[in-house]
Amino acid sequence: MAQQKTLEINMGPQHPSTHGVLRVKLELDGETVVKAEPVVGYLHTGIEKTMESKLYYKALPCTDRMDYLSPMSNNLAYCLAVEKLMDIEVPEKVKWARVCLAELTRLNSHLVWLGTHALDLGAMSMLLYTFREREQIIDIYEACGGQRMMTSYIRIGGLAHELPRDFDKRVREIIKTFPEKMHDYEDLLTLNQIFINRTKDVAVISAEDAINWSLSGPMLRGSGVKHDIRKANPYSGYENFDFEIPVGEKGDAYDRYKQRLEEMRQSLRICQQAIDGMPEGPYRAHVPGVVLPPKEDVLHKMESMIFHFKIITEGFTSPRGQVYQAIEAPKGELGFFISSDGTNRPNRVRVRPPSFINLASLPALVEGRLLADVVCAIGTIDIVLGEVDR
Amino acid sequence: MSMAEQVRELLKSRFGEAVLGEDDFRDQQSLYIDPEAVFDMCQALVADADLDVKYLADITSVDWYGVEEEVRKGRFEVIYNLYSIRHKYRFFLKARLPEDKPEIQSLTSLFNGAGWMEREVFDLMGIIFVGHPNLTKILTPDELEGHPLRRDFPLTFEVPQFSWNKDDPPEVIR
Amino acid sequence: MGLEEKIPDSIILTTLDKMVNWARKRSTWPLGFGLACCAIEMMSTFAPHFDLARFGMEVMRPSPRQADLMIVAGRVSMKMAPILKTLYEQMPNPKWVISMGACASCGGVFNNYAILQGVDRIVPVDVYVPGCPPRPEQLIDGILKLQEKIDKDRLAGRRDDRGRKVG
Repeated sequence: MAQQKTLEINMGPQHPSTHGVLRVKLELDGETVVKAEPVVGYLHTGIEKTMESKLYYKALPCTDRMDYLSPMSNNLAYCLAVEKLMDIEVPEKVKWARVCLAELTRLNSHLVWLGTHALDLGAMSMLLYTFREREQIIDIYEACGGQRMMTSYIRIGGLAHELPRDFDKRVREIIKTFPEKMHDYEDLLTLNQIFINRTKDVAVISAEDAINWSLSGPMLRGSGVKHDIRKANPYSGYENFDFEIPVGEKGDAYDRYKQRLEEMRQSLRICQQAIDGMPEGPYRAHVPGVVLPPKEDVLHKMESMIFHFKIITEGFTSPRGQVYQAIEAPKGELGFFISSDGTNRPNRVRVRPPSFINLASLPALVEGRLLADVVCAIGTIDIVLGEVDR
Repeated sequence: MSMAEQVRELLKSRFGEAVLGEDDFRDQQSLYIDPEAVFDMCQALVADADLDVKYLADITSVDWYGVEEEVRKGRFEVIYNLYSIRHKYRFFLKARLPEDKPEIQSLTSLFNGAGWMEREVFDLMGIIFVGHPNLTKILTPDELEGHPLRRDFPLTFEVPQFSWNKDDPPEVIR
Repeated sequence: MGLEEKIPDSIILTTLDKMVNWARKRSTWPLGFGLACCAIEMMSTFAPHFDLARFGMEVMRPSPRQADLMIVAGRVSMKMAPILKTLYEQMPNPKWVISMGACASCGGVFNNYAILQGVDRIVPVDVYVPGCPPRPEQLIDGILKLQEKIDKDRLAGRRDDRGRKVG
């Protein structure tokens, strides 16, 4: 008599623990997962195709909406790629301001990760604490760009407006009050026996496997590979900053938790150096015909107004060629590959999505483990469905 | 020897005619290669202990429809983004495929991460990877026919309704 | 409540209406249906800074059988649209829908092959909250307007296809 041994279950698109619309097809034998297959595409937006039909400048707000937890990182990656294509050199102040904002974005993203990961594992109060901390950073975003999340503040050739007058004060406030809040988080979770039981030796991946699966970011560093694009191929002035790269040992979820907490501390260190040493200067490069002139000039000088009009309506012509620029986003290696055919619209914009490629390794992490480990694995990979599906 | 020269040495000495050209736009080394030789080249690069190229960062594709001189060389271009963690060096392998037969060998037996990347390229651009264990749609819904990222697939932009065009909204195809 | 079907059309109820509407509007339970960026702003609205539990939405039920308000927060892609319709049909009467954000209301920034241009093409919507993403205060304003709308419901009388009284 044939007996069906495995049970097929659908962990559907609408689920409280899947961080969005992710579907996982599970085949279970009792509580053990025999096969896990993630199905994505429920948030596919066609952002790459939309960006192909717009001018370089106007395609910038589309990049905010991909990884919506760290919008400034996406803007930064796109702007660096276009600046590489057009061979634009930005002033020093812009580089330092971008570094400061990118590190604040890393804090933002890791806070949401911590809140939702702990929520999935049962510690609900972490979500309330981290979202309270996040409000301070969002206040800075609102002061800079006018919007709480999708600011599009980092533009091609510089920043959208001058930094706000109390930027210095606000960032110093965060640097002062944050470490004791992090101490609170550590108190709640690090030596908590329930948390340790749920995350130690769960979702383990070795260093060779991590390189073979093309993982990046905290997933790769948690397994012991010391690779960070900010140190390996520095961009936007990161070579002037002094920070360390935390590396895990075993590659399980607990190691990645500790590693991300340490990354948050290093981000604060970089912010401190950026604020202390911020140089004076213009907030935009002066490349007539490519970079928009500052608004004060547009209202008073004739050629600035003409350039402004031309850039907004027709854009600038780019040289033929293909560039790739990668940055260390909070989720991993975020890269923009822009292929240009000599006109004012990009021929192909490809986003190298860290969450998509990290998610592909989910079967390797959970097969042979218990059902509750699937939730922990999805949380520790730190996916954002907007980036997975684009 | 710099990394660029080492890579060029290795590939040219083992696969002389398959390396069709080289480019150095904005300090990025790109090697234009014959699509038949992609698998063997990647195998040689992975096996070489000096170069330590074991990280496949990305597989992507470009559609050159509409640009006449590029379509003559082959309408589709598949680009492999390879990285060496020890030497911190990145380079690209670019292969051209003709329009009527866009097939290239899959790299899933060398790199596990190539599985989903190739599925996405197949889904959005229509390039067939020979030897892939599960080449199916991954991002677009099952009802959508065609490959959206090709340049002749319309954007399906809907004209918004205002008071002067309140009747059925026509689709403007761009 | 099953009482509604038994009341004949010719009866007008005033105080019972007011009491039932007061109970319903002060304790709507939202379905956790966050799709994209607007979901993060929805989570911020539930967080302590802009507390939404003051308005009665303390619990966010993951199951549609136990929820009566669906806040569609985020862009609805073509692959997700049938699932949204199924979830809507699984919710018991009376139910309300808030369409949060520009992408749910009208397609928003994305006007292409992959995004449904407005969720009101598949489910009937009560309140539209614009913004990209809307601030938590905007969402709270939308919820308060929905509460005003619930106030106008009546127990006796004709029912529309969503189980709510009209006329």
